[in-house]
Amino acid sequence: MRAPGGFSVRLDVRALAVVVLLLVAALAAGIALIGTGDARIPAADVLRTLAGDGTAYQDFIVNELRLPRVLVGLLVGASLGLGGALFQTISRNPLGSPDVLGLSQGSTAGALIVIVLMGGSAGQVTAGALIGGLATGVAIYLLAWKQGVHGYRLVLVGIGVAAVVTAVNGYLLTKADLVDAARAVVWMTGSLDGRDWDQVWPLLVLCAVLVPVVLVNARGLRLMEMGDDIAGALGVRVQRVRLLLMVCAVLLTAAATAAAGPVGFVALTAPQLARRLTRSPGPNLLPSLCMGAALLVAADWASQRAFGADQLPVGVVTGVLGGCYLLWLLVTERKAGRI
Amino acid sequence: MSGTHPNTPRSTVNRLSAEKVTLAYDQRVIAEELSVEIPDNSFTVIVGPNACGKSTLLRALSRMLKPHEGRVLLDGQTIQSMPAKKVARTLGLLPQSSVAPDGITVADLVGRGRYPHQGLLRQWSAEDERVVQESMRQTGVAELADRYVDELSGGQRQRVWIAMALAQQTPLLLLDEPTTYLDIQHQIDVLDLCAELHETQGRTLVAVLHDLNHAARYATHLIALRGGEVIAEGAPNDIVTAELVESVFGLRCQVIDDPETGTPLVVPAARKARAQRVTAAS
Repeated sequence: MRAPGGFSVRLDVRALAVVVLLLVAALAAGIALIGTGDARIPAADVLRTLAGDGTAYQDFIVNELRLPRVLVGLLVGASLGLGGALFQTISRNPLGSPDVLGLSQGSTAGALIVIVLMGGSAGQVTAGALIGGLATGVAIYLLAWKQGVHGYRLVLVGIGVAAVVTAVNGYLLTKADLVDAARAVVWMTGSLDGRDWDQVWPLLVLCAVLVPVVLVNARGLRLMEMGDDIAGALGVRVQRVRLLLMVCAVLLTAAATAAAGPVGFVALTAPQLARRLTRSPGPNLLPSLCMGAALLVAADWASQRAFGADQLPVGVVTGVLGGCYLLWLLVTERKAGRI
Repeated sequence: MSGTHPNTPRSTVNRLSAEKVTLAYDQRVIAEELSVEIPDNSFTVIVGPNACGKSTLLRALSRMLKPHEGRVLLDGQTIQSMPAKKVARTLGLLPQSSVAPDGITVADLVGRGRYPHQGLLRQWSAEDERVVQESMRQTGVAELADRYVDELSGGQRQRVWIAMALAQQTPLLLLDEPTTYLDIQHQIDVLDLCAELHETQGRTLVAVLHDLNHAARYATHLIALRGGEVIAEGAPNDIVTAELVESVFGLRCQVIDDPETGTPLVVPAARKARAQRVTAAS
């Protein structure tokens, strides 16, 4: 019993519903997060203030202090979710996420070099992290390149690069004096503390450019799941699409890491969770993006509620949640006989 | 070794051909100056021993491998210079090992074959739906439409992949060892399906097959490769002889008539007979 065009529409409906639900969840968590802190503000007041009808005091707290932090959280989560989905699909491996491939470690190395060796400002640390992430992305691509980049090769090369860069990071930390080392460790945990509009705009512009580019090429990526030969035979320019999407994924991840530090496990878990919700194969790019945003902001809200304002960096919470999720995934997949 | 096999003179120009192609992976040369014509509306089967370059040739014919020298012509144009989607609307390829994404349904997988007919704005039309249904019906997987591909048997799965290639609606279809990993009943099943597609729809089929007897039974045009060279080509009845099999595969055998179809049937010589010949020779 199937109407013409039925099954393609049916899949879309579910994915669309997931996207809408996750967007609502992310925004709700964002509003809750704005209301959370030393000065609590009810959600209704937050909404009124966002619309421009709050008191001067509320306006300062909501629009100046907390809104940028939430926006950075949403954008970083979205970028990590999308970047993770791209990497996992390109490598055809759930482990092919930026944290495992060494991109986060590369960004950390860039930040550490600025903090420890140059004693740079916050802005310079951001730039250092961006450059570190991009350089690592290029290095992984070049090392993994052999007649095109293949899944396992990409993951193995990435793990190798991650090991080397982690060693470099350890060395840099031992060279640092106490103040720099403390600053470096805070950065390395991944945190949204003290993020302001200066971090929002670059991320917003980058996402506004890259997300459409990625979505336009998503149909080719969907076919590449079946292997390069099938995708090529169906008329996808496999190497070109892959290079373009890897560049986008590296940019998204590096920019997100530069803005909030290496927030762990969002890129790894968001695509997997999104996929289980949509129950559809394929890269699930938009659901992963929304899931990343919802996860990160919800994790930040949870840490603030449970431990008080700015006590526990969001990276710790996503690390714990993501770690548990990964273990659950490995256990259930093993039961299913896949791993 | 210039190695060019004298092609039969071109009375008509075929849609797909390779002209003096040199095929290599990195620096490892598989074939040099190899020329092959795929006769229109034929069921062409490429045979040869392992590593003779048959799969490599198929990859070159389907644009997956760029020749170092020479060119592959599709409808008179160098295939590498054509837009990817245009090639994909003319020529389909089913590679040897295809991996279905986790949790994909049969209908979804077959639907992906429609990609070259779709655009960014026209992603799914009634025509797409019709062709997908038709392809599933022709391959006998219509009842499986909502099943997951990873829970099907090997034979069913291969039919699903063929249905995907059919949904691509290409006049030329290339299949790389479509019967590998299947038991004998499903091998015949898949080959019957190919023959049917060839006869009833006039599609040009090119397949690489391991089994010489299957090749001789189903092919209308046979190409025998060894070491990247065409040793013989033509109708199986004309070219399959004991001498050819020995020169291509290095196997002593008898060639008799297939009692079912009258096509050549290769019967390898018994072990004792071969041993005696070796002893006699030494």
